[in-house]
Formats: sequence, C-alpha cells, structure tokens
Amino acid sequence: MSTRDWPLYEVFVRGRRGLNHVHVGSLHAADDAMALRHARDVYTRRSEGVSIWVVRADAVTASSPDEKDPFFAPSGDKVYRHPTFYELPDDVPHI
Amino acid sequence: MGASFEQLLQRHERVEPRDEMPEGYRATLVRQIAQHAHSEVIGMQPEGAWITRAPTLRRKAILLAKVQDEAGHGLYLYAAAETLGTSRAELEDRLLSGAQKYSSIFNYPTPSYADVGTIGWLVDGAAICNQVPLCRTSYGPYGRAMVRICKEESFHQRQGFELLLAMSRGTEEQRAMVQDSVDRFWWPSLMMFGPPDTDSPNTAQSMAWGVKRNTNDELRQKFVDMTVPQARVLGVTIPDPELRWNPERGAHDFGTPDWEELRRVVSGDGPCNAERLAHRRRAHAEGAWVREAATAYAAREEAR
Repeated sequence: MSTRDWPLYEVFVRGRRGLNHVHVGSLHAADDAMALRHARDVYTRRSEGVSIWVVRADAVTASSPDEKDPFFAPSGDKVYRHPTFYELPDDVPHI
Repeated sequence: MGASFEQLLQRHERVEPRDEMPEGYRATLVRQIAQHAHSEVIGMQPEGAWITRAPTLRRKAILLAKVQDEAGHGLYLYAAAETLGTSRAELEDRLLSGAQKYSSIFNYPTPSYADVGTIGWLVDGAAICNQVPLCRTSYGPYGRAMVRICKEESFHQRQGFELLLAMSRGTEEQRAMVQDSVDRFWWPSLMMFGPPDTDSPNTAQSMAWGVKRNTNDELRQKFVDMTVPQARVLGVTIPDPELRWNPERGAHDFGTPDWEELRRVVSGDGPCNAERLAHRRRAHAEGAWVREAATAYAAREEAR
C-alpha cells in the first residue's frame, strides 16, 4: 500500500436488530471516527443499518494467507457431527 | 478446499482476493474495475453541473442523492480493485494522468436540463444492461460491489424517466428539449457497450475467465429491445432510420454507430475530455488541504 493512502478499514453493518453484523466492504480513513462517519455515508445511505463496526484491516487476523492449508481439514471427516448421519426409523415422532 | 483457479471457474465458484490467479486475470480485472470506478467518479460531472440549476427543490434533492450515489459507486469499485494488490493512490494517479480510461459517454456535454433525464434513462439504462450480468462475475469482490450498485442504479434510471415524462407532458418547447437530448445521447449510449464483437479482441478471454458474461453486441441488442417501447411511452423518436422490429429474429434491427467517433472519444478527442480531466485534477488539488488536515489531526490525536 502506498504511504499516501490513509489506513484501510473493514466495515461491518447490522442490518436490523436481531441480526449479526455482516461485512459489507472497506474504505480508507485518517482515523477511527472518520472511518465510522464515512462508513455511514458510503454503506448506509438507504437505512441499510442500525449499527456499524469499523476495524482497521491490519488488525484482522485471518485463518491463512492463501486459504489453501489444511486448517479446515479436521472437520471434513466428522460426519457424525451432523444430524443426518443418524438413521432412525420413519415412525419415531418429533425427532 | 485448495481448489485451483481453473477448478473454481469450472465449478462456477467465485475467486477471492487471496486465491492464486493468473497474472493476466488480475491485470484484466484491475483495468476493468478501475475504468469502471473512474467512470463513476467522472460521471458526477455532467449531472453535477445541473445541481444548482435544478428547477425545484425536489429535483435538486434527487439530483444530489444521485450524484452522491455515483461517488459511492466509485468507492465500492476502488475498494474492489484494491483487493487485487493495487493502491488507491495509484488508481487516482492513473485517472489523473490519463493512463487509465473512463466511459466515453461522460465526454459528451450536458447543455440542457433534459440531459439529466436522458442520462438517467439511456445512460444509466445502458449501464444497468452492462452491470446486471457483472453481479455474477467470477471475482467475488467485484460481483459484490456490482450487486450494491445495481440496486441503486434502478433509482437512477427511474428518476430520469420520470423527469423526461414530466417534460414530455409539458409545453411544446419542453417536448422539443427532450427530443433534442435523446437525439444527442442515443448513439453515444449505444457506444457504451464498446466496439462490435468482431473488433473486441479481449472479449473471448474475458468470457472464458468469467469476468464478462455477455458480448458487447448481445448487450447492445438487449438495450435496444428494452428501450424502444419506453421511447413510445415518452413519445420521442429514436434517431435511427434503420430501427425496426424484425419478427424473424424476435429483436430490433438497428443502424451502426459511428465507430470512428467512439475511437476518437476514447483516445481523448471527444467534446469534453480535456474539460472533465481538468475539472477532476482541480478538484483533487483543491481538496488536498482537507486530506492533509485530517491526517495531521489523526496524528495529533494518536500522539496524545
């Protein structure tokens, strides 16, 4: 990134009460307060949100640089963690 | 997990920023997304010129909201381009130096208030034809930006059509203004889809990569078929003597845009190219103190 650019922030918006904050995009800002204000102007011009989080992109720790390592492999062979793994007779009610 | 670029494309899955991708794919995307972002930013000028002269407070508020949207669209797209490893400063430099292009349509002047309506109806209508298929483009961040943009473009097109409809129901003079504006913008709008397929060397590769989903000529045809019935509602004549319905094709036949004109405008020799870039450079230079002040303030707050 060029030194001329302000830091990059990732923007998360809660669409309405009861929902998670969801990543909607990113923007540059000189500081946290400006990032929040810009996020409001860029990502919630049509009442798309009731709450915003902004996080400096360099503060995000991601699972792996290339998303190709075996980080998620351990869950691949554990089909017994899913309800469909278990075969039950059709006539068992409410299960 | 661990799918190669080719596997992702075959499975119609999206490519995400940290995936491996061919250098040509990356470069094509940077060029296309940047050009698109620049178009949004330059695209504020032709209509922005009418904000102070809009005839009512209602029209002024609508126009302000629309121009603000264009700035927002530019930001979504710059952010998408930056995920490919380029920087905002670099993209700004390439716009201001003329190294990267923007859509040829914004090099045409807007001498009449009816042009605000025509831009919404024809120019944003053509943009929507181009952009809806791009929501399914293979590069994730670009597709997501396009989804947001398409939602907002719909307002742009409808406000333009409504404006023209109001004028077409007005005085004889107002109707003449609408026709004059459509006469000037029709052919440049058709050129927005780019050169004909026979003269578009990058299309095949872009489609194989899933960056583009339709050819230029397919989208141009779709736009004409969509627009002709709308013109009837407005009571305007589309300035093309060859335009007629072809029942065998189930589509309209239409004339050939002046490709030489498109080449000239794209290469810098359109009616407003110099003016648009000069305005952008001036705005950028005149905003420098704001950027510097914000940086100084942030540094001071952090030092406390």
